[in-house]
Amino acid sequence: MSEQTSVPVFSPQIQPPQAPPPRRPLLSLDNRYIAPAFITCILLAGHLSFGILESYQKTLLAIITSIGLELVLGRIFFQKWIHPASAYITGISVGILVRSPAFWPYALCSAISITSKYVLRVKGRHIWNPSNFGISVMVFLAAETVATLSIQWGNYLLPMLVIWALGSVIIWRLQRFHITGIYVASFVAFAFIRSWMTGSPWQSEIAPITGPMYQLFIFFMITDPKTTVRSKRGQCLVVFLVAVVEMVLRLDQIVYAPFYALFVVGPTAMLVEIWLDSRRANAAKLAVAR
Amino acid sequence: MTGNRIARAILVLFFMGLLATPFVIKRMSARKEADRSKFDAKTALARHGFYLEEVSRSAGINFVHQSPKLDSKLDPIMPEVASMGASVSIVDFDRDGWPDIYVTNSAIGSKNALYRNMHDGTFKDVAGELGIADVNQPGTGVSTGAVWGDYDNDGYEDLFLIKWGRPELFHNDQGHGFTRVTEQAGLPPWINANTAIWLDYDGDGLLDLFVGGYYSEDIDLWHVTTTRIMPESFEYAKNGGRKYLFHNLGNGKFEEVSAKVGINSRRWALAAAAADLRRTGHPDLFVANDYGVSELYFNDGKRFHEVGEQTGVGFAPKSGMNAAFGDILNQGRYSVYVSNISEDGILIQGNNLWVPKEGTAGDAVKYQNLARDFGVELGGWSFGAQFGDLNNDGTLDLYLTNGYISLDRNRSYWYDFSKVAGGNSTIIGDAKNWPAFEGRSLSGYQTKRVWLNDGAGRFMDVAQAVGATDIYDGRSVALVDLWNRGVLDVVVANQNGPLLLYKNTVTPGNEWIEFELEGTSSNHSGSNRSAIGAQVTLFWNGQQQVQEVSGGSGFAAENDRRLHFGLGRNPHIEKAIIRWPSGKVQTIDQPAANQLHKIKEVA
Repeated sequence: MSEQTSVPVFSPQIQPPQAPPPRRPLLSLDNRYIAPAFITCILLAGHLSFGILESYQKTLLAIITSIGLELVLGRIFFQKWIHPASAYITGISVGILVRSPAFWPYALCSAISITSKYVLRVKGRHIWNPSNFGISVMVFLAAETVATLSIQWGNYLLPMLVIWALGSVIIWRLQRFHITGIYVASFVAFAFIRSWMTGSPWQSEIAPITGPMYQLFIFFMITDPKTTVRSKRGQCLVVFLVAVVEMVLRLDQIVYAPFYALFVVGPTAMLVEIWLDSRRANAAKLAVAR
Repeated sequence: MTGNRIARAILVLFFMGLLATPFVIKRMSARKEADRSKFDAKTALARHGFYLEEVSRSAGINFVHQSPKLDSKLDPIMPEVASMGASVSIVDFDRDGWPDIYVTNSAIGSKNALYRNMHDGTFKDVAGELGIADVNQPGTGVSTGAVWGDYDNDGYEDLFLIKWGRPELFHNDQGHGFTRVTEQAGLPPWINANTAIWLDYDGDGLLDLFVGGYYSEDIDLWHVTTTRIMPESFEYAKNGGRKYLFHNLGNGKFEEVSAKVGINSRRWALAAAAADLRRTGHPDLFVANDYGVSELYFNDGKRFHEVGEQTGVGFAPKSGMNAAFGDILNQGRYSVYVSNISEDGILIQGNNLWVPKEGTAGDAVKYQNLARDFGVELGGWSFGAQFGDLNNDGTLDLYLTNGYISLDRNRSYWYDFSKVAGGNSTIIGDAKNWPAFEGRSLSGYQTKRVWLNDGAGRFMDVAQAVGATDIYDGRSVALVDLWNRGVLDVVVANQNGPLLLYKNTVTPGNEWIEFELEGTSSNHSGSNRSAIGAQVTLFWNGQQQVQEVSGGSGFAAENDRRLHFGLGRNPHIEKAIIRWPSGKVQTIDQPAANQLHKIKEVA
């Protein structure tokens, strides 16, 4: 899921222009810890009230695998200990989202997610959201053992409103609310279009976004700074395209449409941005040479 | 630089290995599966010690269950809302020493059947002539299950008919007919239930009756006033039917006492079973709920105390559809099997096998779910399951039937189901918000599971190899030695499908023993005549196994009242200890193997 924290690039080549660090108000939490704190709160509240986890052990296994592998790979390839916040989010997301009676899928999904960050890189940037990659691979390749969280969370209004309110505030603070907002608006619009096209009740088309899986998807996965394009307008366009592809997949009755949509659109957008950056850099070089 | 390249190459290989892992695991399990997937009687006997042969037609049984057709407002999702009702219960209604079979039908106007055992391998439906066939008449609802118990201790098993509609109690007139005594008994006019069990909760020698509601009892499913009849949540629903505990007053009347004794629940009950889990002499009550957690009620003889969370069985919500007890490790302790839903890639709840934790007992007993460790976790959309020693090797095996809705093989409703099930309560709770089924299947055409117990904590599925090859939408399973041969046969009731009789053939040499118990209740002393709640602990070859006479278990099912123990080869039986519901204890030293022991409670 989201990498709301910084992870060093594999072999720095083209670095995005660094914005000056924003001034942090006193007595506030470092942004790096906000997402981990939020997702931990969701996990604890969800489990203590509704027992959303398969088991503490499985979630712990996912987190330990994720952090452990990040530390080892970071040490090997960057010669430093990577801050574990990012891997923690990946691990905890896997622990919440993966549903399997076996232990091994939790470890495997975390391992695939983290390793993908170090293997699937273009021009020094990893292009897939790690947990989106891991979960998509697992539900595609190990469907007989793995499903994702799709029903648990009480299905009641109050917990949903609390998570939406808290999530919105946090995402707004992280300056990524526009991504979530555009996605939700697009999803709702497309839900009505699907209802019109298929004849299904509109409530059934809206239903998924009222569930817990989507709360994690819209607050943590699609907003991941490391695997979204940099410009605000580009982010809005990309997340809209995610909703478009998801709609197409939903018309084909694909259960994991949102994961697969992000799996396809996210990296494609990243590649386009990298290609454009490269063209700009070449053009700049040529201009300098002239 | 070279080091970095090597590290990257190793990393890429490692990554590819990770991606290949699911394939490798899949191939390994597929190979194991292939080894066990071909049926051959000789091979099955040699490898597994038994095989099953479906003989319903040659046994004269040609029963096909029909689903109800409910209010047309529910038409779009009729296959789902009308997906239960097939049930089977075993009874020797005429006390001729041969078990008979009662099955329910669920369409308005359809007939239930009572198959009398003709002692020659065949059965004859006598429900019509005895007055318990035409029980699904318009305005009275339809049958969803049946349990037999001798509520008046006259020696003949009476019939309680579970319905979505008016529940019925039929008095058995000494095996010659049945008299409807519903009103005299004081039963309520309407319950939408799928489970009921007989138990003597207060030890007064009179059988009481627990009934677990599913849909709310104020709904007439043929005339609904609102489409908001669905569960408010897929896993936390508390808007189902109420629970009833009918206390037997001994004069043909029952008093509803559930609230008075501590049973207050509106979860969607699908299965219940009772057994003395703590050796207190009182039956505890386990309720498996759809759309929620299971409930376990400890019984102190006067009141019930819900201890689901405390004991560990009532925390993670699933879709409970079965409750069956079995001493699977031959330790004198019951485990509980609860079936749930597993559908590849969509919903992997996994079934639960609640095994008592080492070192815990009595009121402090804790259960852990060892279904995965024991290999009995994944059974598709699982319904009825029963424990029984199918190959007489001395350990309890597990028969599970499954399959929810088999319509168009090529089109699935799962996408729409998962969409709505994950939604908010205001959406899921209203039938009109559910997309129409339009002939699609939902976990249909599933293969069954026959899990053989190796006695050391592992079960192996041999269903295909031993001949349990049907793919009907199975609901209810009952185990019974139908032809008094010392083996457990299997009877399966299928929704919209035929009643199946799997005749069992066990390898010669594996021995057995059976007990038929009868209580001697009179004037509130002694045990109920059906001996429901009586426990037999058999000691042989340095091991022990406990079994209990049940007034209903599994899903909408009741096994043969006689207790069947497999013994393996060359058994040396030390003793059998019988603990009667009255508290009396009877010991039988060195009972002979390979015979049925008829035992009356000592006066």
